[in-house]
Amino acid sequence: MSGPVLVIIVAGLALIGWLIARARAAAFRDGGQRFSSLPGHHGWYVALWLLVPPLVFLAIWAAVSPAMVTDAVLATPAAAQLPPPGFDRASILSEARALAQGRAYGAFNALSQRLAPAYATAQDRYDWIATGLALLLSFAGGAFAFVRVRPGFAARTRVERIVMGLLLAASLIAILTTIGIVASLLYEAGRFFHTVPVTDFLFGTHWSPQVIDPRDPGANLGAVPLFWGTFFIGAVIAMAVAIPFGLMSAVYLTQYAAPRTRRWMKPILEVLAGVPTVVYGYFAALTVAPAVRALAVSLGISWASSESALAAGLVMGVMIIPFVSSMADDSLAAVPSAMRDGSLAMGATSSETIRKVMLPAALPGVVGGVLLAVSRAIGETMIVVMAASGVATLTANPFASATTVTRQIVDLLTGEAEFDSPKTLAAFALGLTLFVVTLLLNIVALTVVKRYREAYE
Amino acid sequence: MTARNVHVHYGPKQAIDGVSIDIEQDKVVAFIGPSGCGKSTFLRTLNRMNDTVASARVKGDIRLDGQDIYAPEMDVVQLRARVGMVFQKPNPFPKSIYENVAYGPRIHGLAAGKADLDHVVERSLTRAGLWNEVKDRLSDSGTALSGGQQQRLCIARAIAVDPEVILMDEPCSALDPIATAKIEELIHELRGRYAIAIVTHNMQQAARVSQKTAFFHLGTLVEYGATSDIFTNPRQDRTKDYITGRYG
Repeated sequence: MSGPVLVIIVAGLALIGWLIARARAAAFRDGGQRFSSLPGHHGWYVALWLLVPPLVFLAIWAAVSPAMVTDAVLATPAAAQLPPPGFDRASILSEARALAQGRAYGAFNALSQRLAPAYATAQDRYDWIATGLALLLSFAGGAFAFVRVRPGFAARTRVERIVMGLLLAASLIAILTTIGIVASLLYEAGRFFHTVPVTDFLFGTHWSPQVIDPRDPGANLGAVPLFWGTFFIGAVIAMAVAIPFGLMSAVYLTQYAAPRTRRWMKPILEVLAGVPTVVYGYFAALTVAPAVRALAVSLGISWASSESALAAGLVMGVMIIPFVSSMADDSLAAVPSAMRDGSLAMGATSSETIRKVMLPAALPGVVGGVLLAVSRAIGETMIVVMAASGVATLTANPFASATTVTRQIVDLLTGEAEFDSPKTLAAFALGLTLFVVTLLLNIVALTVVKRYREAYE
Repeated sequence: MTARNVHVHYGPKQAIDGVSIDIEQDKVVAFIGPSGCGKSTFLRTLNRMNDTVASARVKGDIRLDGQDIYAPEMDVVQLRARVGMVFQKPNPFPKSIYENVAYGPRIHGLAAGKADLDHVVERSLTRAGLWNEVKDRLSDSGTALSGGQQQRLCIARAIAVDPEVILMDEPCSALDPIATAKIEELIHELRGRYAIAIVTHNMQQAARVSQKTAFFHLGTLVEYGATSDIFTNPRQDRTKDYITGRYG
């Protein structure tokens, strides 16, 4: 029996269990006595016991059963002809599985055709085992719960506890996923550093992964130009746009704007944060980049790139404005109004008050916000994929082409590439570096913001 | 400083209804009354701090040395340099002690050079009775001082620009009794140099520090006269009921 059908059956059982338990609980309440649990609580108690054990079992089963099916297939006589473990063996097995599941209509390899029936029977057998076990667990859970539907039973608190467990499991899944991602990054990056020395990667200044000398793969995999490009586009050019505009708009919105102006202006600014980055990307590539190049040419820089660092950085800065603005807005709003009144009562004007009292008081929060903005900017991908260059150059000229870590990761992993060459694995090393840097930035930023919040509360 | 027939509205709500008061040089005036009676609102009309409240409207005639402070040609920046204010909660800026006091002289360009500014800071802190406590740590943050010291720092900050009038809005309500006693002593010393108006909830304090007392109730000025008369021989029944603790 297939997964979805099984889930529907179990859900049906749970519904029936809910109705029966509720009716039974309602019956013993007819005497007019008061109990801690309502009939509905008993119903949910039984329903959850019917539902949760088989679903947990099926989730685990989905993870382990493919390996068990493959083992069963490998035990058949036809499998003896399989090539030794490696790429060929894996592709034959996956073809056979596709045939068995009816997802493919032909195979490149004759052996796949012969293995397909074995796959089908093994799959069938394990599916029936899964169905049987799931239903057994459901009935066992249901029976366990149903005998407890008695007048004094505190089903209400039990249901509460089960719900808490479910919520805990949901939040653990997010954490476990993160750990899994980090582990895989670490593993792949470790493989990369096995062939390329860490120092070559971190301090080398030459990056051209298209041509790699197998005797010295580190020579062409020096990531300094990428780090520089990322820093230059994300932390220098983008911030040169985002910090002044974001800060000034926050100052206007919190200190000058009438409530009515603020009411329509703030949401519009926030809409800017909701524009998909791919839209910014083609805006950068099609509108800003040619304009920047035209400007450079008119300034006499005839070699100016149409994939300049300036174009990508400018648009990225615009994208970050609402982010900086809302962080600065929050920290300005957190400055006690007594500060502002104190300064105004000294005869300072609004702008003097903002420059000399409000902004210095809000500075830690603003700095924290800017650090978070930088960590977003250097992780931003779509704009640089569309507008920045693929060629790594080590230059501080904003009209020259520049590339970033994210752009290179995309380039390395798209297209046709074998999966265990230094070239592809370099993407994981870059990803790991990016992850560590943004993590550190976030930690520093959040600590700064938190310490500042404590100071005023 | 004279106020004649002052009305204040917050939106449709009337907060002050026809108040007239004279604040005399070298005297301390105490504003007393139950919460919400308009005494703080009235105080804030005297240096136009109500301008920062969008819905507030002020009518009437308030003059400082014969000049109408609500006249269009009146510069609010100048006014606030002449009428200083100390708030309920000590609100030193998150800057050094020195910079807190130097703030006003700097923005109004009152000091010629560093030596002059040092002198102004020292004089203000001395007058506020804080100099001996902080002279060795002028570069420490003003917010690191104790509550009472912070409030005296705020007073030093206010007198650094050499105002004519100092308005104090419940300056001791966030302080302990010892710090309160110090502030009261300070008010005594400042009298004569500045006209002082102080809002207070504490009737003993009003009796101790002021020469004249104004009793506010529901936005009106019920009685205004010498402090000794108000507390020993009130003319109005409402004043008598309030100071004997029957309500408020």
